[in-house]
Amino acid sequence: MKRTKIAFAVTAVAALIGVAACGSGSSDPLATGGSASKASTGTIVVGSANFPESALLAEIYAGALSANGVTVQKKLNIGSRETYIPALKDGSIDLIPEYTGVLDQYFNKNAKATAADEVYAELKAAVPATMTVLDKSAAEDKDAVVVTKETAAKYKLKSIADLGPQAKNLTLGGPPEWKTSPTGVPGLKRVYNLDFKTFRPLDVGGPLSVQALKNGQVDAVNLFTTDPSIADNGFVILDDPKSLFAAQNVVPLITRSKVNPTISATLNAISAKLDTATLGQLVKEVVVDKKDAAAVAKEFLAKNGLA
Amino acid sequence: MIGNIFAWLTDGTHWQGYDGIPRRLLEHLAYSVTALLIAALIAIPLGLYIGHTGRGRFLVVNAVGAARAIPSLGLLFLAFFWLGPRLSGDLALLAPVGLVLVVLAIPPILSGAYAGVEGVDPDARDAARGMGMRGPQVLRHVELPCALPLIMSGIRSGMLQVIATATIAAVLGLGGLGRFLIDGLAAQDFPQTASGAILVAVLALSVDLALALVQRSVVSRGLTGRFSTVATFDAVTGAEPPAPALQPSGSERPPHGTG
Amino acid sequence: MTWLRDHFGEVLSLTVQHIYLAGVPLILGLLIALPLGWLARRYRGLYPVLIIGTGLLYTIPSLALFIMLPVLIGTRVLNPVNVLVAMTIYTVALLVRTVADGLGAVPDAVNQSASAMGYKRGRRFVSVELPLAVPVISAGLRVAAVSNVSIVSVAALIGVQQLGSLFTDGFSRAFVEPIIVGVVACVLLALIFDGVILGATYLATPWLRAGKASG
Repeated sequence: MKRTKIAFAVTAVAALIGVAACGSGSSDPLATGGSASKASTGTIVVGSANFPESALLAEIYAGALSANGVTVQKKLNIGSRETYIPALKDGSIDLIPEYTGVLDQYFNKNAKATAADEVYAELKAAVPATMTVLDKSAAEDKDAVVVTKETAAKYKLKSIADLGPQAKNLTLGGPPEWKTSPTGVPGLKRVYNLDFKTFRPLDVGGPLSVQALKNGQVDAVNLFTTDPSIADNGFVILDDPKSLFAAQNVVPLITRSKVNPTISATLNAISAKLDTATLGQLVKEVVVDKKDAAAVAKEFLAKNGLA
Repeated sequence: MIGNIFAWLTDGTHWQGYDGIPRRLLEHLAYSVTALLIAALIAIPLGLYIGHTGRGRFLVVNAVGAARAIPSLGLLFLAFFWLGPRLSGDLALLAPVGLVLVVLAIPPILSGAYAGVEGVDPDARDAARGMGMRGPQVLRHVELPCALPLIMSGIRSGMLQVIATATIAAVLGLGGLGRFLIDGLAAQDFPQTASGAILVAVLALSVDLALALVQRSVVSRGLTGRFSTVATFDAVTGAEPPAPALQPSGSERPPHGTG
Repeated sequence: MTWLRDHFGEVLSLTVQHIYLAGVPLILGLLIALPLGWLARRYRGLYPVLIIGTGLLYTIPSLALFIMLPVLIGTRVLNPVNVLVAMTIYTVALLVRTVADGLGAVPDAVNQSASAMGYKRGRRFVSVELPLAVPVISAGLRVAAVSNVSIVSVAALIGVQQLGSLFTDGFSRAFVEPIIVGVVACVLLALIFDGVILGATYLATPWLRAGKASG
């Protein structure tokens, strides 16, 4: 009698969790991702980096592909490039929105190109054999080194090069991966010969970075050119005359074996319709107006006849 | 892989500078100890009061249970948006971390305190009253010392959790050993992440050991029975005298089986 | 709280995923901790080894374990199995001591009566020691359940979708509503787990109720 009661109790709890597992298995992409086999052919897994613009672009890709009959799974907010490129390599994701310049420098240690078309050509050659990039978009979102209006006035800063003599007294902030990435601290040293006093790891161009700059915890910080808080706070984007950050056109990075005419056509159509101003506006709707990335994506696609 | 981790830990450059291991260790310890002290200052008096007077027990036990359930990461972000704009400089980042760690440390210490006082042998209380002690005196001279083992074990449990969780300071861009975890994650530098984890574990165990020594010296030997050199051995059942029950996990005291 | 109303489906699916990632390790962890705890009781020498070993496991920060597991067990980076295994390790680490202490709290006299009545060791464990140890084990299981719900949310930092994803998404957009919803959902979930375990314990220990009724 006692045993039956224990058995019943345990079964009840197990059933509850089993239902949860089954429920999550059918609706949530991650549960299927947990099994050893890859997603069935024709399904494409779209990933994104851990900042809102990347998630927004991923939602745009996913929405358009869905509307064109492709089965899509989403794995958003994975992490830094160093984290999601291995995921692309091992098949956990198939497609991710990227930026030509940084991606080129990630794959190619001797990247030299700075203008949009040359960077794109160099990137195409540098991408590993299992992956490829589709058409690039005119929309650009570049890394930038940003200072407050006061700092710019104080040290007479117009470009990153002007930081030169002052750098050893200044604190630089950026995402944690900037400490070692080729376009981060090592890049600033290599191209502009800057040695900052300290580097503070913050977040990926998010509220932490903005607040750190506002509060004076850092003197210069890495933000993205489409970030609405630059204009909102009167920050100054320092020019990049030596093109450390090169051209950064939005481009889909995709596993070669997943490419088919439908997917190519859909993604290329998106790239054609996206430009910097529109991207900036969409990002503002997600970050400032707090709208859902999926909803903003849907609106964009509908307005442009892409879905 | 182990070789890479070992190489990272023994690399001289990782032991110097503003992001070297010693600095991060000290920062981590500073965050943890500060939070624990604040938590103890709140939880021990409160726990003693509840245990001694029996008032508010129901409310506090349930509040503590709910507090244990608050996810640290979520609370951290909430505190960042709530406190951040009101404070300046690094305090805007330290306060959210401090809040999360204090909220984390209070439940085990509070449980330890009131369970400790409640568990005091009623005969001891009786004897104290018989000797003429008033309420507060009973608390100070009898209940508190008798409750010390459980209070200490609550403190040790709280300290362990705080040290393990102080790694979230790095999510807000602060220092501490969490820096190695977050930076290692961002750069996919596995040896760095693993080294950070090892350092946290080593720190937690070292501090626990130190607190165990403190416990040894602070808890009256009348309680731990460390005087007794004569082992009583029951020839029939082969049973040894039961050791005093210590609850290191900070969970509520298990009910004794027979009603 | 219009945000919650508009996103109820999404929050629900994240909650289901969270239940899966926090709950399955509870069951697995208990199943693994039972024999380990029994071993710790049976062979006195093993007790300190197991306790120290599991204590050590619990000091490893959760984020570190989530990151390191793909390398250690060869799974793919984004696989939620990493979270499952890590959470099971933590649950076992918490429960081994509880199981050992629970089994140890069974009075020797009872064990000996059972043996005298002819119960072999295995049957004695299942029919006598384990049921009597249930109150202690269930107390530990409740602590583990609450702790699991909180730790799983950290997995949002490595991109695993569950309630913690509401935190990271809200943070990156400076949007507080999702974070509040996530925190409340986690607390509610932990309380539900706690209640389920309490209920199961109540059902599993009728002799504690019988004592009160006749008393």
